[in-house]
Amino acid sequence: MSASTKESLLATPPTRPPKPSLGVAKALTGISGLDELTSGGLPRGRPTLVCGGAGCGKTVLGLEFLVRGATEYGEPGVIFTFEEMGDELAANVASFGFDLPALIAQKKLIVDHVQIDRHQIEEAGDYDLDGLFIRLESAIDAIGAKRVLLDTLEVLFAGLSNKEILRSELHRLFRWLKDKGVTAVITGERGESTLTRHGLEEYVSDCVILLDLRVQDQISTRRLRVVKYRGARHGTDEYPFLIGDHGISVLPLSSLQLVHEASTERISCGNSEFDQMLGGGYYCGSSILISGGSGSGKTSVAACLASTCTRDARALYFSFEESPAQLIRNMGSIGMNLATLVDEKVLRIISTRPTGFGLETHLFTIYQTIEEFKPSIVVIDPITDFAMIGNKNEIRAMMTRLVDHLKTKGITALLTSSQHGSAVSDGSNSEADAGISSLIDTWIVLYNFEVAGERNRAISVRKSRGTAHSNEIREFLISDRGLSLVNAYRDGAGFVTGSAREAQQRHDAANGGSASNNGPKKSARRPSSL
Amino acid sequence: MNPKESLPRRARAVDAPSAATPAAPKALQGEEPRVEPDYLLRLFVSGFTPRSQRAIDNLQNICERHLAGRHRIEVVDLYQSPGAARDEQIIATPTLLKILPLPARRVIGDLSQVDKVLHGLDIR
Repeated sequence: MSASTKESLLATPPTRPPKPSLGVAKALTGISGLDELTSGGLPRGRPTLVCGGAGCGKTVLGLEFLVRGATEYGEPGVIFTFEEMGDELAANVASFGFDLPALIAQKKLIVDHVQIDRHQIEEAGDYDLDGLFIRLESAIDAIGAKRVLLDTLEVLFAGLSNKEILRSELHRLFRWLKDKGVTAVITGERGESTLTRHGLEEYVSDCVILLDLRVQDQISTRRLRVVKYRGARHGTDEYPFLIGDHGISVLPLSSLQLVHEASTERISCGNSEFDQMLGGGYYCGSSILISGGSGSGKTSVAACLASTCTRDARALYFSFEESPAQLIRNMGSIGMNLATLVDEKVLRIISTRPTGFGLETHLFTIYQTIEEFKPSIVVIDPITDFAMIGNKNEIRAMMTRLVDHLKTKGITALLTSSQHGSAVSDGSNSEADAGISSLIDTWIVLYNFEVAGERNRAISVRKSRGTAHSNEIREFLISDRGLSLVNAYRDGAGFVTGSAREAQQRHDAANGGSASNNGPKKSARRPSSL
Repeated sequence: MNPKESLPRRARAVDAPSAATPAAPKALQGEEPRVEPDYLLRLFVSGFTPRSQRAIDNLQNICERHLAGRHRIEVVDLYQSPGAARDEQIIATPTLLKILPLPARRVIGDLSQVDKVLHGLDIR
């Protein structure tokens, strides 16, 4: 009936969808991360504004919401595209695995391209946008659509000159969409001082999502922020997101609460002497930081843990400085056979240049590989190189996410971090730990000593939560038989290493003392100590 | 019953002196029927609102004055044929489409601004 249809469009419709009594009903987006961020998706039955500059991913977000709705949640959708032709749109999103033509054929989607050509339109008197309403309604009713995408309504402002009519009609449109009970996504181009160029945010009061594409040091990062979400708690930070092979992934801080399991099981460091030093090895699922200057043996300690991998506990090694072949060769030279482990597919080494992608892309690559390989041990060697592609806060945020993610999954994580400059002091260098030391359960510091014409290494456990670990600084040798610790050999003032230690040992032996160690009570003294 | 509904259906077509036959309600010819009118105009409206009626009246007056029977007007109610909105790319209502002579042109609004209608339809 024309009259009744018209009534539903022009006047207040008699049937309003029942309002949920508690909280805002939500429609899952199916976009990884966004549902967590909004605790359940976009407000159901209400319009959501997605705004941002050109090329920031508005259309993709909207489309993914519709496609996932149609494919995963049984909610058919209507797409009104004002800019791209339907087939252009289909081609553009085919790369995400969205098969629009198939969904259209299955009557799960309707795509309508609304063409507005200002040059063809003469405005002669009063008008309204019933044409658009009727089109929209007939499309919605044709497939029982629950979701609607309008991409992007602002084209109307370019096509129609009577802004007064347009504004009142947009008001009517948004009210109508609500009354119709569809969950709508409306995209809008970002304005200079406003969220959208034509102030669409004035009409959409329920949920506003801002997308942003920033290029810094030639590396671009996409970010998403929920500016407004009426009646629901939501994350307010900017969250990095990626447009990948499967659409959009937003990366919220994975655990807003500290709820990871705490295992009492230990995992060997790959070296019995190290295990002893830590009172029995690392905790399973803990996060470990190895910091030290260049050449202090970080990679060796890291590879040592990776080499403990078995079929049941696989290891994933992200190397940002060495290629897999190089790493295998180098570790082979100190008696670690990684090649066999790689062949047995219990160890996977992935090498990329830090500067190859932005931080988020790295993070996603790491996430994705973890999902796929399901390791028990993950090594990131080193984290310091990310300083090249992000500032300290960004790296800290990324590392927090990563460490949280790994902890939640119960994966033992080992990160290495190099200190720049001489590091005789204590290895605490805020640059070196990327500000993440507080996230770390076990922090091992490696030292380089240049003393009496030789370079020697030492190791100490700076902290290790929940273990009865040694407080000693011990000398640490890397030989073709692998890593070994030498008992700290002390004289009264400190401890001695390398040939000085050997001399001390000989000296002590000659004096009838045992060649053993232990501490300040040792009577012998050597001037060449540290 | 909506009072608008009580309008005769025929009213949807333009009421021309030659009186359209109810069998062809959507097409109506000008005063001197021709096989091939010079101007083929299609007016899309959304229901029988005062605005729709105004547009129909205005169009009729303009055509009578400036085209003197060399025209044919079709009125389409989008509520009756919503597919037309999609097929003809209609957003605003009323929309007047000049189908013939080419090039096709479109004018939106209730056609109260005669100059603009004439300009939009390339009628001088």
